[in-house]
Amino acid sequence: MSKQPKAVALISGGLDSLLAVKVIQEQGVYVEGINFFTGFCVEGHTHAVRKKQQNKPKRNNALWVAEQLGIKLHIIDIVEEYKDIVLNPKHGYGANMNPCLDCKGFMVKKATEWIEAHHFDFVITGEVVGQRPMSQRHDTMPVIAAESGCGERLVRPLCGQLLPPTLAEKEGWIQRDKLLSFSGRNRTPQIRLAKRYGFVDYAQPAGGCCFLTDQNYSKKLLDLWQHRPTRNYTLDDIILLKMGRHIRPKPYFKLIIGREEGENNFLRGYRKEFTHIYATSHTGPLVLLDGKWLNDEDRTLSLRIIARYTQGKNADTVSLDVVDKNGNSQTFTVSPLQANNILHDWYL
Amino acid sequence: MKHQLNARRLLCPLPVIRTQDKIATLKTGDLLEVICTDPGVKSDIPVWCRMNGHQIQNIQEQDGEISITISVQNSP
Repeated sequence: MSKQPKAVALISGGLDSLLAVKVIQEQGVYVEGINFFTGFCVEGHTHAVRKKQQNKPKRNNALWVAEQLGIKLHIIDIVEEYKDIVLNPKHGYGANMNPCLDCKGFMVKKATEWIEAHHFDFVITGEVVGQRPMSQRHDTMPVIAAESGCGERLVRPLCGQLLPPTLAEKEGWIQRDKLLSFSGRNRTPQIRLAKRYGFVDYAQPAGGCCFLTDQNYSKKLLDLWQHRPTRNYTLDDIILLKMGRHIRPKPYFKLIIGREEGENNFLRGYRKEFTHIYATSHTGPLVLLDGKWLNDEDRTLSLRIIARYTQGKNADTVSLDVVDKNGNSQTFTVSPLQANNILHDWYL
Repeated sequence: MKHQLNARRLLCPLPVIRTQDKIATLKTGDLLEVICTDPGVKSDIPVWCRMNGHQIQNIQEQDGEISITISVQNSP
Protein backbone atom coordinates (compact mmCIF):
# COMPACT_ATOMS: atom_id res chain seq x y z
CA MET A 1 0.00 0.00 0.00
CA SER A 2 1.37 3.42 -0.92
CA LYS A 3 2.03 5.89 1.86
CA GLN A 4 -0.58 8.48 2.74
CA PRO A 5 0.45 11.87 1.32
CA LYS A 6 0.93 14.64 3.87
CA ALA A 7 0.27 18.34 3.49
CA VAL A 8 0.54 21.39 5.68
CA ALA A 9 -2.02 24.17 5.34
CA LEU A 10 -1.71 27.86 6.13
CA ILE A 11 -4.56 28.43 8.57
CA SER A 12 -5.63 32.01 9.11
CA GLY A 13 -8.79 31.14 10.99
CA GLY A 14 -11.01 32.31 8.16
CA LEU A 15 -13.37 30.47 5.88
CA ASP A 16 -11.11 29.99 2.87
CA SER A 17 -8.39 28.05 4.66
CA LEU A 18 -11.06 25.99 6.44
CA LEU A 19 -12.58 24.96 3.12
CA ALA A 20 -9.24 24.45 1.38
CA VAL A 21 -8.19 21.91 3.99
CA LYS A 22 -11.53 20.13 3.86
CA VAL A 23 -11.30 19.77 0.07
CA ILE A 24 -7.88 18.12 0.42
CA GLN A 25 -8.80 15.99 3.44
CA GLU A 26 -11.65 14.52 1.40
CA GLN A 27 -9.05 13.17 -0.99
CA GLY A 28 -7.43 11.13 1.75
CA VAL A 29 -4.48 13.43 2.44
CA TYR A 30 -3.16 13.79 6.00
CA VAL A 31 -3.16 17.51 6.87
CA GLU A 32 -1.65 19.58 9.65
CA GLY A 33 -1.97 23.35 9.97
CA ILE A 34 0.39 26.26 10.50
CA ASN A 35 -0.63 29.66 11.76
CA PHE A 36 1.95 32.42 11.71
CA PHE A 37 1.82 35.06 14.44
CA THR A 38 3.06 38.37 13.02
CA GLY A 39 1.80 40.69 15.78
CA PHE A 40 -0.52 42.41 13.31
CA CYS A 41 -3.27 39.80 13.50
CA VAL A 42 -6.64 41.38 14.10
CA GLU A 43 -8.11 38.64 16.18
CA GLY A 44 -7.02 37.96 19.69
CA HIS A 45 -5.66 41.15 21.08
CA THR A 46 -8.40 43.71 20.85
CA HIS A 47 -11.11 41.11 21.31
CA ALA A 48 -9.42 39.85 24.44
CA VAL A 49 -8.86 43.27 25.94
CA ARG A 50 -11.97 45.27 25.26
CA LYS A 51 -14.80 44.80 27.73
CA LYS A 52 -17.43 45.98 25.31
CA GLN A 53 -16.62 43.08 23.01
CA GLN A 54 -17.26 40.52 25.71
CA ASN A 55 -20.20 39.10 23.79
CA LYS A 56 -17.80 37.93 21.08
CA PRO A 57 -16.28 34.47 21.60
CA LYS A 58 -12.83 34.80 23.10
CA ARG A 59 -11.16 32.19 21.01
CA ASN A 60 -8.32 31.98 18.56
CA ASN A 61 -10.05 31.29 15.27
CA ALA A 62 -7.09 29.41 13.80
CA LEU A 63 -7.20 26.96 16.71
CA TRP A 64 -10.95 26.73 16.45
CA VAL A 65 -10.78 26.00 12.70
CA ALA A 66 -8.12 23.35 13.26
CA GLU A 67 -10.28 21.64 15.85
CA GLN A 68 -13.28 21.68 13.49
CA LEU A 69 -11.10 19.98 10.89
CA GLY A 70 -9.58 17.53 13.37
CA ILE A 71 -6.03 18.58 12.51
CA LYS A 72 -3.00 19.61 14.56
CA LEU A 73 -2.13 23.28 14.46
CA HIS A 74 1.35 24.70 14.90
CA ILE A 75 1.31 28.37 15.87
CA ILE A 76 4.64 29.93 15.00
CA ASP A 77 5.93 33.25 16.28
CA ILE A 78 7.49 35.10 13.33
CA VAL A 79 7.35 38.60 14.84
CA GLU A 80 11.09 39.29 14.50
CA GLU A 81 11.57 37.81 11.02
CA TYR A 82 8.41 39.49 9.79
CA LYS A 83 9.78 42.97 10.49
CA ASP A 84 11.82 42.87 7.29
CA ILE A 85 8.62 42.16 5.32
CA VAL A 86 6.86 45.15 6.86
CA LEU A 87 9.84 47.49 6.68
CA ASN A 88 11.27 46.55 3.27
CA PRO A 89 8.65 44.90 1.08
CA LYS A 90 10.15 44.04 -2.28
CA HIS A 91 6.76 44.33 -3.96
CA GLY A 92 5.67 47.42 -2.04
CA TYR A 93 2.54 48.14 -0.05
CA GLY A 94 -1.13 47.85 -0.90
CA ALA A 95 -3.70 50.56 -0.22
CA ASN A 96 -2.31 50.97 3.31
CA MET A 97 0.81 49.56 4.99
CA ASN A 98 -0.07 46.03 3.89
CA PRO A 99 2.77 44.24 2.11
CA CYS A 100 0.40 41.46 1.02
CA LEU A 101 2.44 39.93 -1.79
CA ASP A 102 5.66 39.81 0.22
CA CYS A 103 3.71 38.55 3.23
CA LYS A 104 2.11 35.64 1.42
CA GLY A 105 5.39 34.75 -0.24
CA PHE A 106 7.14 34.79 3.13
CA MET A 107 4.52 32.60 4.78
CA VAL A 108 4.56 30.08 1.95
CA LYS A 109 8.37 30.08 2.14
CA LYS A 110 8.22 29.33 5.88
CA ALA A 111 5.66 26.60 5.27
CA THR A 112 7.91 25.13 2.57
CA GLU A 113 10.83 25.04 5.00
CA TRP A 114 8.50 23.33 7.49
CA ILE A 115 7.42 20.57 5.07
CA GLU A 116 11.03 19.94 4.14
CA ALA A 117 12.02 19.64 7.80
CA HIS A 118 9.05 17.41 8.67
CA HIS A 119 8.97 15.29 5.50
CA PHE A 120 5.57 16.46 4.31
CA ASP A 121 4.73 16.52 0.61
CA PHE A 122 3.02 19.80 -0.21
CA VAL A 123 1.59 23.10 1.04
CA ILE A 124 -2.07 24.18 0.94
CA THR A 125 -3.40 27.73 0.99
CA GLY A 126 -6.94 29.07 0.81
CA GLU A 127 -6.08 31.57 -1.93
CA VAL A 128 -8.64 32.35 -4.62
CA VAL A 129 -7.70 33.91 -7.97
CA GLY A 130 -8.89 37.48 -8.18
CA GLN A 131 -10.01 37.70 -4.57
CA ARG A 132 -7.41 40.19 -3.34
CA PRO A 133 -6.05 43.14 -5.30
CA MET A 134 -2.41 42.45 -4.54
CA SER A 135 -1.57 38.88 -3.59
CA GLN A 136 -4.42 36.92 -5.15
CA ARG A 137 -4.28 37.84 -8.81
CA HIS A 138 -3.62 35.65 -11.81
CA ASP A 139 -0.29 37.37 -12.39
CA THR A 140 0.89 37.48 -8.75
CA MET A 141 -0.04 33.99 -7.57
CA PRO A 142 2.79 32.41 -9.64
CA VAL A 143 5.17 34.96 -8.08
CA ILE A 144 4.31 33.59 -4.62
CA ALA A 145 4.94 30.01 -5.76
CA ALA A 146 8.24 30.94 -7.39
CA GLU A 147 9.72 33.34 -4.84
CA SER A 148 8.78 31.15 -1.86
CA GLY A 149 10.68 28.22 -3.33
CA CYS A 150 7.53 26.12 -3.00
CA GLY A 151 6.99 25.93 -6.75
CA GLU A 152 4.61 23.23 -7.83
CA ARG A 153 4.38 21.91 -4.28
CA LEU A 154 1.90 24.74 -3.63
CA VAL A 155 -1.74 23.69 -3.95
CA ARG A 156 -4.64 26.16 -3.93
CA PRO A 157 -7.64 23.83 -3.72
CA LEU A 158 -10.31 26.52 -4.03
CA CYS A 159 -9.10 27.63 -7.46
CA GLY A 160 -6.81 24.76 -8.46
CA GLN A 161 -8.69 24.02 -11.69
CA LEU A 162 -7.81 27.49 -12.93
CA LEU A 163 -4.09 27.06 -12.30
CA PRO A 164 -1.40 24.82 -13.82
CA PRO A 165 -1.25 21.26 -12.45
CA THR A 166 0.75 20.88 -9.25
CA LEU A 167 3.05 18.13 -8.08
CA ALA A 168 0.27 16.66 -5.94
CA GLU A 169 -1.86 16.21 -9.05
CA LYS A 170 0.99 14.87 -11.16
CA GLU A 171 1.88 12.34 -8.47
CA GLY A 172 -1.75 11.28 -8.13
CA TRP A 173 -1.98 12.34 -4.47
CA ILE A 174 -5.02 14.45 -5.32
CA GLN A 175 -7.36 14.55 -8.29
CA ARG A 176 -7.61 17.75 -10.29
CA ASP A 177 -11.32 17.31 -10.97
CA LYS A 178 -11.98 17.40 -7.24
CA LEU A 179 -10.34 20.79 -6.90
CA LEU A 180 -12.49 23.90 -7.36
CA SER A 181 -12.53 26.84 -9.75
CA PHE A 182 -13.53 29.73 -7.50
CA SER A 183 -12.47 33.17 -8.66
CA GLY A 184 -13.15 36.79 -7.84
CA ARG A 185 -14.43 38.51 -4.74
CA ASN A 186 -17.86 36.92 -4.69
CA ARG A 187 -18.13 34.90 -1.48
CA THR A 188 -21.26 33.00 -2.45
CA PRO A 189 -19.43 29.84 -3.64
CA GLN A 190 -17.50 29.65 -0.36
CA ILE A 191 -20.61 30.15 1.73
CA ARG A 192 -22.44 27.51 -0.31
CA LEU A 193 -19.55 25.06 0.10
CA ALA A 194 -19.39 25.74 3.85
CA LYS A 195 -23.07 24.90 4.09
CA ARG A 196 -22.54 21.69 2.14
CA TYR A 197 -19.79 20.66 4.55
CA GLY A 198 -21.95 21.59 7.53
CA PHE A 199 -19.84 24.53 8.71
CA VAL A 200 -22.22 27.09 10.15
CA ASP A 201 -19.96 29.03 12.51
CA TYR A 202 -16.91 30.55 10.87
CA ALA A 203 -15.01 33.81 11.18
CA GLN A 204 -14.48 36.79 8.88
CA PRO A 205 -16.17 35.44 5.75
CA ALA A 206 -14.95 38.48 3.82
CA GLY A 207 -11.32 37.99 4.83
CA GLY A 208 -9.14 40.75 6.23
CA CYS A 209 -7.27 39.45 9.25
CA CYS A 210 -4.38 41.92 9.35
CA PHE A 211 -4.23 45.36 10.95
CA LEU A 212 -1.86 46.53 8.21
CA THR A 213 -4.82 46.66 5.82
CA ASP A 214 -6.56 49.11 8.16
CA GLN A 215 -6.24 52.78 7.23
CA ASN A 216 -6.31 54.12 10.79
CA TYR A 217 -3.82 51.58 12.04
CA SER A 218 -1.48 52.29 9.13
CA LYS A 219 -1.64 56.00 9.89
CA LYS A 220 -0.59 55.33 13.48
CA LEU A 221 2.25 53.09 12.34
CA LEU A 222 3.55 55.78 9.98
CA ASP A 223 3.31 58.33 12.79
CA LEU A 224 5.34 56.01 15.03
CA TRP A 225 8.11 55.80 12.44
CA GLN A 226 8.10 59.53 11.79
CA HIS A 227 8.66 60.25 15.47
CA ARG A 228 11.28 57.61 16.26
CA PRO A 229 15.00 57.86 15.53
CA THR A 230 14.79 54.67 13.45
CA ARG A 231 12.11 53.16 11.26
CA ASN A 232 11.51 50.05 13.34
CA TYR A 233 9.10 48.61 15.90
CA THR A 234 8.78 46.24 18.83
CA LEU A 235 5.90 43.88 19.55
CA ASP A 236 4.75 46.22 22.33
CA ASP A 237 4.73 49.12 19.86
CA ILE A 238 2.44 47.40 17.41
CA ILE A 239 0.14 46.08 20.12
CA LEU A 240 -0.18 49.53 21.70
CA LEU A 241 -1.17 50.94 18.30
CA LYS A 242 -4.26 48.73 18.55
CA MET A 243 -5.19 50.08 21.97
CA GLY A 244 -6.78 53.34 23.02
CA ARG A 245 -7.14 56.74 21.44
CA HIS A 246 -3.83 58.21 20.24
CA ILE A 247 -3.40 61.98 20.41
CA ARG A 248 -0.17 63.73 19.43
CA PRO A 249 -0.24 67.42 20.44
CA LYS A 250 3.52 67.84 19.90
CA PRO A 251 6.02 65.99 17.73
CA TYR A 252 7.91 64.70 20.77
CA PHE A 253 5.06 63.10 22.71
CA LYS A 254 1.71 61.48 22.27
CA LEU A 255 -0.98 60.36 24.69
CA ILE A 256 -2.51 56.87 24.57
CA ILE A 257 -5.90 57.21 26.22
CA GLY A 258 -7.82 54.07 27.24
CA ARG A 259 -11.30 53.99 25.74
CA GLU A 260 -12.92 51.65 28.23
CA GLU A 261 -12.21 49.55 31.29
CA GLY A 262 -10.61 46.66 29.45
CA GLU A 263 -8.15 48.94 27.67
CA ASN A 264 -7.43 50.85 30.89
CA ASN A 265 -6.55 47.59 32.61
CA PHE A 266 -4.34 46.55 29.72
CA LEU A 267 -2.56 49.91 29.53
CA ARG A 268 -1.97 49.76 33.29
CA GLY A 269 0.30 46.80 32.58
CA TYR A 270 2.72 49.24 30.91
CA ARG A 271 3.06 51.54 33.92
CA LYS A 272 6.69 50.53 34.45
CA GLU A 273 7.61 51.37 30.86
CA PHE A 274 5.72 54.67 30.50
CA THR A 275 4.68 57.61 32.64
CA HIS A 276 0.98 57.09 33.28
CA ILE A 277 -1.76 59.52 34.19
CA TYR A 278 -5.23 59.13 35.67
CA ALA A 279 -7.83 61.42 37.21
CA THR A 280 -8.29 61.29 40.96
CA SER A 281 -11.25 63.66 41.27
CA HIS A 282 -13.39 62.01 38.60
CA THR A 283 -13.77 58.69 36.83
CA GLY A 284 -11.62 58.62 33.74
CA PRO A 285 -9.20 56.74 31.52
CA LEU A 286 -5.75 55.41 32.17
CA VAL A 287 -3.34 57.30 29.92
CA LEU A 288 0.22 56.53 28.84
CA LEU A 289 2.67 59.26 27.89
CA ASP A 290 4.71 58.06 24.89
CA GLY A 291 7.65 60.47 24.61
CA LYS A 292 8.36 63.23 27.08
CA TRP A 293 7.20 66.66 28.11
CA LEU A 294 9.82 69.35 27.61
CA ASN A 295 8.24 71.90 29.93
CA ASP A 296 5.33 72.66 32.24
CA GLU A 297 3.22 73.86 29.31
CA ASP A 298 3.42 70.45 27.66
CA ARG A 299 2.34 68.81 30.89
CA THR A 300 -0.55 71.23 31.45
CA LEU A 301 -1.76 70.86 27.86
CA SER A 302 -1.68 67.06 28.19
CA LEU A 303 -3.52 67.07 31.49
CA ARG A 304 -6.19 69.40 30.12
CA ILE A 305 -6.68 67.07 27.14
CA ILE A 306 -6.93 64.06 29.42
CA ALA A 307 -9.36 65.88 31.72
CA ARG A 308 -11.59 66.26 28.67
CA TYR A 309 -11.93 62.46 28.57
CA THR A 310 -12.97 62.15 32.23
CA GLN A 311 -16.40 62.36 33.80
CA GLY A 312 -15.30 65.84 34.87
CA LYS A 313 -15.10 67.21 31.33
CA ASN A 314 -17.69 69.87 32.17
CA ALA A 315 -16.37 70.54 35.68
CA ASP A 316 -14.35 73.64 36.54
CA THR A 317 -11.33 71.57 37.49
CA VAL A 318 -10.10 67.98 37.40
CA SER A 319 -7.29 66.60 39.55
CA LEU A 320 -4.94 64.08 38.01
CA ASP A 321 -2.01 62.02 39.20
CA VAL A 322 1.09 61.79 37.02
CA VAL A 323 3.14 58.71 37.91
CA ASP A 324 6.57 58.14 36.40
CA LYS A 325 8.10 54.76 35.53
CA ASN A 326 9.59 54.48 39.02
CA GLY A 327 6.25 55.05 40.72
CA ASN A 328 6.89 58.65 41.80
CA SER A 329 3.57 60.45 41.79
CA GLN A 330 2.55 64.10 41.58
CA THR A 331 -0.96 65.57 41.66
CA PHE A 332 -2.06 68.46 39.43
CA THR A 333 -5.34 70.26 39.05
CA VAL A 334 -6.37 71.66 35.65
CA SER A 335 -9.41 72.92 33.80
CA PRO A 336 -10.55 70.51 31.06
CA LEU A 337 -9.86 71.61 27.51
CA GLN A 338 -12.95 72.37 25.46
CA ALA A 339 -13.61 69.87 22.70
CA ASN A 340 -13.05 72.44 19.96
CA ASN A 341 -9.60 73.19 21.37
CA ILE A 342 -8.39 69.66 20.73
CA LEU A 343 -7.12 70.04 17.19
CA HIS A 344 -8.26 67.55 14.61
CA ASP A 345 -4.68 67.06 13.46
CA TRP A 346 -3.70 65.80 16.89
CA TYR A 347 -5.83 62.68 16.53
CA LEU A 348 -4.02 59.72 14.99
CA MET B 1 8.13 17.29 37.80
CA LYS B 2 6.15 20.54 38.06
CA HIS B 3 7.03 23.58 35.96
CA GLN B 4 5.59 27.08 35.79
CA LEU B 5 5.19 29.46 32.85
CA ASN B 6 4.52 33.15 33.34
CA ALA B 7 2.28 34.29 30.49
CA ARG B 8 0.84 37.31 32.30
CA ARG B 9 0.06 40.32 30.07
CA LEU B 10 0.49 38.22 26.95
CA LEU B 11 -2.48 38.23 24.62
CA CYS B 12 -3.59 35.25 22.59
CA PRO B 13 -2.13 33.52 20.74
CA LEU B 14 1.12 34.27 22.58
CA PRO B 15 0.21 32.29 25.73
CA VAL B 16 -0.53 29.29 23.48
CA ILE B 17 2.77 29.74 21.62
CA ARG B 18 4.73 29.97 24.87
CA THR B 19 2.88 26.91 26.22
CA GLN B 20 3.56 24.98 23.01
CA ASP B 21 7.25 25.88 23.09
CA LYS B 22 7.61 25.06 26.79
CA ILE B 23 5.88 21.69 26.51
CA ALA B 24 8.23 20.77 23.67
CA THR B 25 11.01 20.76 26.29
CA LEU B 26 9.13 18.68 28.89
CA LYS B 27 8.67 14.96 29.50
CA THR B 28 5.55 12.83 29.59
CA GLY B 29 4.01 13.07 33.05
CA ASP B 30 5.42 16.51 33.80
CA LEU B 31 2.98 19.16 34.99
CA LEU B 32 3.01 22.68 33.61
CA GLU B 33 1.17 25.53 35.34
CA VAL B 34 0.59 28.43 32.95
CA ILE B 35 -0.36 31.74 34.58
CA CYS B 36 -2.14 34.16 32.27
CA THR B 37 -4.24 37.31 32.29
CA ASP B 38 -5.90 37.04 28.86
CA PRO B 39 -9.32 35.39 29.33
CA GLY B 40 -9.02 33.93 25.82
CA VAL B 41 -6.68 31.26 27.22
CA LYS B 42 -9.61 29.53 28.90
CA SER B 43 -10.71 28.47 25.42
CA ASP B 44 -7.45 28.40 23.50
CA ILE B 45 -5.13 26.40 25.76
CA PRO B 46 -7.65 23.56 26.27
CA VAL B 47 -8.23 23.42 22.49
CA TRP B 48 -4.49 23.28 21.85
CA CYS B 49 -4.10 20.56 24.51
CA ARG B 50 -6.93 18.49 23.06
CA MET B 51 -5.42 18.55 19.58
CA ASN B 52 -1.99 17.61 20.92
CA GLY B 53 -3.12 14.97 23.40
CA HIS B 54 -2.21 16.78 26.61
CA GLN B 55 -4.57 16.83 29.59
CA ILE B 56 -5.91 19.85 31.42
CA GLN B 57 -5.78 19.09 35.12
CA ASN B 58 -7.11 22.32 36.50
CA ILE B 59 -8.23 25.82 35.55
CA GLN B 60 -8.49 28.43 38.29
CA GLU B 61 -9.26 32.11 38.11
CA GLN B 62 -8.53 34.59 40.86
CA ASP B 63 -7.98 38.35 40.94
CA GLY B 64 -7.81 38.58 37.15
CA GLU B 65 -5.25 35.82 36.83
CA ILE B 66 -5.96 32.46 35.24
CA SER B 67 -3.93 29.43 36.22
CA ILE B 68 -4.08 26.40 33.93
CA THR B 69 -2.34 23.18 34.93
CA ILE B 70 -1.48 20.81 32.10
CA SER B 71 -0.35 17.23 32.36
CA VAL B 72 2.11 16.61 29.53
CA GLN B 73 1.41 13.48 27.49
CA ASN B 74 3.28 11.86 24.61
CA SER B 75 6.23 14.25 24.78
CA PRO B 76 8.30 14.41 21.58
